[in-house]
Amino acid sequence: MTITSTLKSRKPWDAKDKKYQLQQLLVHVGTPILAVLVVAKTGIRGGSGLFFTWLGLHLVTGALLAKFGRRKYSIANSTIEILLAASLIVFITAAMSVLAPVFTKGTAAFSSNLLFQDASTTEPGAELITGGILHAIIGTTIIVLLASVISIPIGILAALYVTEVRGRLTPYVRFFVQAMSGVPSIVAGLFVYAALIVSGVLNFSGLSGAIALSILMLPTVARTAEEVLLLVPDDLRSAALALGATQRKVIRMVVLPSAGAGLVTSSILGIARVTGETAPLLLTAFGSTQINTNPFTDPMAALPIYIFTQMLLGTDNDVARAWFACMVLMMMVGLLFGTARLLVNRRNLK
Amino acid sequence: MTSSLDLEPKPAVIHIVRTRGDRIFRGILIVGGLISFLVLAGIFGYLAQSAAPILKAFGFQFFTDSSWYVGDGLLPSEGSMDPPIFGILPMLWGSVLIAIISVGIALPLGVGIALSIVYLIPKRAVFGLTVFIDLIAAIPSIIFGLWGFFVLIPHGVLWSAWLNEKLAFIPIFNVEFPAFEQSPFMAGLVLAIMITPIVAVVSRQIFSLVPPELINAAQALGGSRWTIIRDVVLPFSKGGIVGGAMLGIGRALGETVAVFFVLQLFFDEVNWYRILESSGGSVASLIIAKFGEASPLEVSALFAAGLALFVVTLLANAAAAVLVNSSKGKK
Repeated sequence: MTITSTLKSRKPWDAKDKKYQLQQLLVHVGTPILAVLVVAKTGIRGGSGLFFTWLGLHLVTGALLAKFGRRKYSIANSTIEILLAASLIVFITAAMSVLAPVFTKGTAAFSSNLLFQDASTTEPGAELITGGILHAIIGTTIIVLLASVISIPIGILAALYVTEVRGRLTPYVRFFVQAMSGVPSIVAGLFVYAALIVSGVLNFSGLSGAIALSILMLPTVARTAEEVLLLVPDDLRSAALALGATQRKVIRMVVLPSAGAGLVTSSILGIARVTGETAPLLLTAFGSTQINTNPFTDPMAALPIYIFTQMLLGTDNDVARAWFACMVLMMMVGLLFGTARLLVNRRNLK
Repeated sequence: MTSSLDLEPKPAVIHIVRTRGDRIFRGILIVGGLISFLVLAGIFGYLAQSAAPILKAFGFQFFTDSSWYVGDGLLPSEGSMDPPIFGILPMLWGSVLIAIISVGIALPLGVGIALSIVYLIPKRAVFGLTVFIDLIAAIPSIIFGLWGFFVLIPHGVLWSAWLNEKLAFIPIFNVEFPAFEQSPFMAGLVLAIMITPIVAVVSRQIFSLVPPELINAAQALGGSRWTIIRDVVLPFSKGGIVGGAMLGIGRALGETVAVFFVLQLFFDEVNWYRILESSGGSVASLIIAKFGEASPLEVSALFAAGLALFVVTLLANAAAAVLVNSSKGKK
């Protein structure tokens, strides 16, 4: 004989409560639809109108669900969940509105000469079928490569000091690297201008630009490299030291190889950080309309400077070229960034 | 009795004999570690040296006057008939104002995003969202400048007009004349989108350090999402969140080209609070706006402005570093 209970548990731990799921679906899918209908009927204008209508409605329906739904919880709880969702929506919408025109207006301006010519013969406002941004692409590449050559070794040395030497200065080094990461880009440009260009050591040139960028790049490389090096287990270091290795050999043969992919990632992140910098280059590389492959003498073009000057010219065609350059720049940054991400993932899988 | 004590093992003392190569190697590392300090000192030194003529001539008034008058480019001491007057108070306050606006928007937004990542959205979506946020943080500032000028301002003018019409009784939404295009509000909005990822990333790091046993305990006591966030997560991570906001302020103060396109600089009067009006200031933007055709004395004034910017951002970042680090260390 079995006892059948007339009391049925509501099973609050059971996520697959059909009725509750239905109520949730009704509120969280129904409210946005309702908001769209309300906006269509009442003639509230624009995306922001729709957003605030939805937010208001959803706060009310969410509160109703909390109060009268199958599972009761506080209205404050439903309110905070909806506000969190709203913050995500606002950010993603804004971010997409930044990315979308880069690619729509960039592709709209595309013509093949833009990639394969320089701007030396392009008059302001000239048609899109003349001139191009090749000089700026070459300039950016040279400047950024030079900046990497300067700042990646120093950045990794700074990180090694913090993780390997662990001397009395360690907290200060870490602090100064952090403080350096907050140096405004324009100040880095001013510094190089004052220290190297005014004093006559260098001209407006690719090298001056690279030095300015390396000031901005160094802290990024140092901080991410430090994080990577801290992941190397101390056991490995101890084992190598116990086998009689000198510290130099420990670092060269144990620490650096095991942190290799991570260090590449930190370098790439540093490069991605400075590829789009504009202000310091305006004060140092200065910009040019011709292809210049010599970073030591004359002013050199770069994509950000090119975009800046095209914006100042301001005619429709110039601005269209600026958007195209923005797209190329964004693709370069995205490519670097994606590579860094892939490397991180591969390392985590290993 | 004491003999048993003598038998207690003592820790052996190991003397490390460093080879010459090792000592040289450590020396190189020390130099690498100290370069950041040298660079910072160098920046301060060179900027101060280049700014000296202006700071000597104008003294502290350079930071409290409201004027950018070039005159004949000579100092009174050099026998000038039409002496220049430089004072960057409108720029300094303008930088602070747009930083306040942007952090006022980015702080709730960034913390909201971080909280949704940790507590709201499904685990499968977390990876995609964090990559997206990192990518937005990597967008070059010049692209934000174009976005602000071509995409945001047309919308922002409508929002400004609406705010001005409905809420003009609040002083900050008042304007002297209705031109809303290149206002501190616009600059604040552009900067807000730029620094939201910073606030979000820092806050998320801090949230992930909240001890899970605290959260489990709160849940076992019947805490809801909201009460757990209010009573456990936020109190634990206060310091870190403030630190993230300070990092954002540092970034906002130093941002140059994005602000350049969306802010009308006005040198003769401080716009203290009318955030919707097309007149504002930004030290960084000032430098880029005036650098191209500046006379030698004006360049020196720009260096003085850069020095002020450097010191202010350094203080903001130092405060941020201390707050974030102490918050991380609490674990």
